[in-house]
Amino acid sequence: MELKTVESIPEATILFAGDSGDGMQLTGSQFTLATAYAMNDLATLPDFPAEIRAPAGTTYGVSGFQLHFGSVNIQTPGDEVDLLVAMNPAALKVNLERVRKGGSVLVNTSAFDKRSLDLAGYDENPLENDSLEGYQLIRVELTKLTREALKDSDLNQKEIDRSKNMFALGLALWLYSRPVEPAERWISAKFAKKPDILEANLHLLKKGYHYGETTEQFVSRFEVDPASLEPGRYRAIQGVHALALGLLAASVESGLPLFYGSYPITPASDLLHTLSRYKQFGVMTFQAEDEIAAVGATIGAAFGGSLAVTGTSGPGVALKAEAIGLAHIMELPMVIVNMQRGGPSTGLPTKTEQSDLLQAMYGRNGDSSLPIVAPSTPGDCFEAAYEAARIAVTYMTPVMLLSDGYLANGSAPWLIPDPAELPSFPVKFATKTNATIEGEEVFHPYVRDRETLARPWAKPGTANLEHRIGGLEKQDETGNVSYDAANHEMMTRLREEKTDRVARDLPPLDIYGAKEGDVLVVGWGSTRGSIQAALDRLLAAGRSVGAVHLRHVNPLPLDLEEICGRYRELIVPELNNGQLVRILRDKYLLPFRSFTKIQGRPFMAGEIVSYVESVIDGGQDNG
Amino acid sequence: MADDKKPRKPTLPPGMGGKSAAAGGKLPPGKRPAPTLPPGKSASATLPPGKRPPAKLPPGKRPPGKLPPGKRPPGARPPGVGGDGASGLTRADFSTDQDVRWCPGCGDYAILATVQRLMPEIDTPKENVVFISGIGCSSRFPYYMKTYGMHSIHGRAPTIATGLKASRPELDVWIVTGDGDGLSIGGNHLIHLMRRNVNVQLLLFNNQIYGLTKGQYSPTSEKGKVTKSTPFGSIDHPFNPSALVLGADATFVARTMDRDPKHLKRMLRETHDHRGTGFLEIYQNCNIFNDGAFFEYTEKATKSDRTIFVENGKPLVYAGGTMGLRLNGLKLEPIDLTGDKWSKDDCLVHDETSVELAGVIGRMFRVDTLPQPFGVFYRVSRPTYEDQLHSQIQDVLDRRGKGKLGELLNSGDTWEVSG
Ligand code: SF4
Repeated sequence: MELKTVESIPEATILFAGDSGDGMQLTGSQFTLATAYAMNDLATLPDFPAEIRAPAGTTYGVSGFQLHFGSVNIQTPGDEVDLLVAMNPAALKVNLERVRKGGSVLVNTSAFDKRSLDLAGYDENPLENDSLEGYQLIRVELTKLTREALKDSDLNQKEIDRSKNMFALGLALWLYSRPVEPAERWISAKFAKKPDILEANLHLLKKGYHYGETTEQFVSRFEVDPASLEPGRYRAIQGVHALALGLLAASVESGLPLFYGSYPITPASDLLHTLSRYKQFGVMTFQAEDEIAAVGATIGAAFGGSLAVTGTSGPGVALKAEAIGLAHIMELPMVIVNMQRGGPSTGLPTKTEQSDLLQAMYGRNGDSSLPIVAPSTPGDCFEAAYEAARIAVTYMTPVMLLSDGYLANGSAPWLIPDPAELPSFPVKFATKTNATIEGEEVFHPYVRDRETLARPWAKPGTANLEHRIGGLEKQDETGNVSYDAANHEMMTRLREEKTDRVARDLPPLDIYGAKEGDVLVVGWGSTRGSIQAALDRLLAAGRSVGAVHLRHVNPLPLDLEEICGRYRELIVPELNNGQLVRILRDKYLLPFRSFTKIQGRPFMAGEIVSYVESVIDGGQDNG
Repeated sequence: MADDKKPRKPTLPPGMGGKSAAAGGKLPPGKRPAPTLPPGKSASATLPPGKRPPAKLPPGKRPPGKLPPGKRPPGARPPGVGGDGASGLTRADFSTDQDVRWCPGCGDYAILATVQRLMPEIDTPKENVVFISGIGCSSRFPYYMKTYGMHSIHGRAPTIATGLKASRPELDVWIVTGDGDGLSIGGNHLIHLMRRNVNVQLLLFNNQIYGLTKGQYSPTSEKGKVTKSTPFGSIDHPFNPSALVLGADATFVARTMDRDPKHLKRMLRETHDHRGTGFLEIYQNCNIFNDGAFFEYTEKATKSDRTIFVENGKPLVYAGGTMGLRLNGLKLEPIDLTGDKWSKDDCLVHDETSVELAGVIGRMFRVDTLPQPFGVFYRVSRPTYEDQLHSQIQDVLDRRGKGKLGELLNSGDTWEVSG
């Protein structure tokens, strides 16, 4: 018998926060899985410290997992948190400001002892003064309840205490009427070889679920109806996994073996981990001795006729820059994945940022314009990766794929694509000589395709096409070393023109919202969700705003300039100090306004809404 | 990194098959069609596809007296060519029409000629041979080999070779590098190549100087060396390349010299035939910036006394059989074989498979009282990187069958939304 009332809500944002050792990422991802089973739309924001085991109880050791889910269209991980689950005082201290006024705060009261309060920097116990006024405080003695529940277990104290996140997970699942079975299945598989821990976790999960039923602290629980997503088969996917699948799909569809060369770096390592498991697809992964070796091996594989990919983050791209220039002048196809993170230098390794756009654009010696592709959602990483690979091979060029930490770690429901519906990916290797000198048949590696300007891809092992390429300037067509002044100018322009021609293949831009009017918001990469959520609110408020989102930052879509001309104001929101805006101003000589956030976190939709409103209503300088 | 300018006008010595000295490095006017692109115009505007002049080389480009390279028509081997190799190919089939731009008298010429002579004797199909280099004088090498080749960036040739060989194990991959390229800027890649044991050949042209950047000391230059960047003498302790790669667990370590073409050719062959990374250090004279660095070992007057050519299973003797080496405790000791005290039987016998002995021989390095060793110091067999990579893939394929994309995409927890 259901004892509590059930309240139906359209959406909710929950944030699990605790010590890095508290298992918050696991709790969050299991809650996400259950939410996917409940068929809600969702977006997640894992947020963890750079230190693997930061000192327990400190504010800088707090790890969080935020999840926004609903029956409505979910675009962002949520501006404001409806329920914060705080495992200790530090987690409360760090995250309270993200909870909406009137929102709920569930605290593990057992963790609010003098020492923990000191570590978190609290002078007074916030549970005992009025600092939490205005929030629904839910006090749960998590540690104590966990110990009681496991008093007959053989686990030691430490193991028991570490399991308390399962109690919290069970409680949260109950509170939002999520199914508990997916977590049960996961635990059973994960701890199949450790029956003690398996049993303890399952027991705690149930205890937490039942605790919600029985405690008087909750008068009601919530229910979120399934979202009305496009029909089809879905799975919840993290951006990094979608990206790996996109590269794999490109390999399967093109028939090119996939070679991935990489050096461990946050947050790109998961791409290496994921691809290294795809051996049944013949995927070759190479963990190099350094970033340069990773890109070097990738160039070697590209020369040999593989679908060659290297992945890293900003600091790694800096190290690879010279080699990317080599691939550019040799005109070999490859994809360079940059999972951007906060910079410069080591910066904020575990936080997201879009600050490597200018690096992708200009970060090499010499004139070397490369196509730049940027995914916009976790699921879109699949398509963007496929697209980047296709451009690379079609145009015989290295392509920059700019993902970021938010996309890599975030998850969302993903309409699983049908391989048969993927864009075709033809590959043509050179097999014949293509020129004659004094009656002799020869192969010239720099004779170009008329449409794409791509040079032929002749794999070593092909008889009679033996040729040499390298970093020295090439003579047009023959590919011989040339120091000729006019030739260098022409080749530089040809290489740039080849990149520009990618724009010819791009589909027309989609305009979200008003097709003309007061404001056009121009975004790129992972800010799509925040921008569209902001647009929804602005449009609902009767504002005349539209948005275009650029998957292709270089070359820019051919219709962008015309679209820009239909609006009075142009706003470019970015998670950096203003990078796309410089490219756009430079290209179109139009007064684009820059709106930036450089805090290692995605935009909240509300931030964009306020900025756009202030521009429409006047009072914003063109910064 | 080193820039890429020619140190000298690339005039070739007589008989080296180059153009006349007067031609120098300058392109003769009209040598190739002038690009039709006026400055400031976009390429697309002025270069309608297909409208470009055909890339025909003007007559007379090829220097007289040089065999026209690769005259055979595509797909066909010339019948009855009296080549010096079983393949029916000759040295000329491996020579490109590019002007060789090393300084006259440079040791690189001899190495190039020897490699070109060796190629027809190697049974790899010509189209499977790839030369990959970095930056430096030696790294121009691939341009002169009529095989697949890549002249890459400074120090990185081993990385590119690794990616190529790992993904295309059937290719026969040669790395050409120098002491600056391979041991300084690319030192990290060199040692990792060795430990991985990728089945490639690495030819280290050691001239103990930076040639292309015009004469700075290199990581193999002797201490105290006065160069442009060390006017008061270098204070750097030099690398001993053999010891370095032995430390990185190389499976094949050998040394030879540019001025002994027979030994050079034999060592090239053995390096090639080794299954695993073949490391061959070649003492190469840079007659412009470091002339005579190895004369002590290469010139007639001193060669016999100052060198020892080691051979597997043979006693360590030198100086025309008058001297030998024996182990005294852990130390090598030169012994006089002309007197009554010592005979060949007292000499240490070389065993290529002994890592301890390789250490001893590899460490015989510029010691006044000992000869400098040449030959194969060490040769053992260890699974190659690419074999292991592909056997791991094959293993998974055997166990799980070929992956299906649709299945993988639909794996994990999925749910259906109905319309
Ligand atoms: S190594 Fe010395 S001699 Fe040879 S090309 Fe270079 S600078 Fe000239």
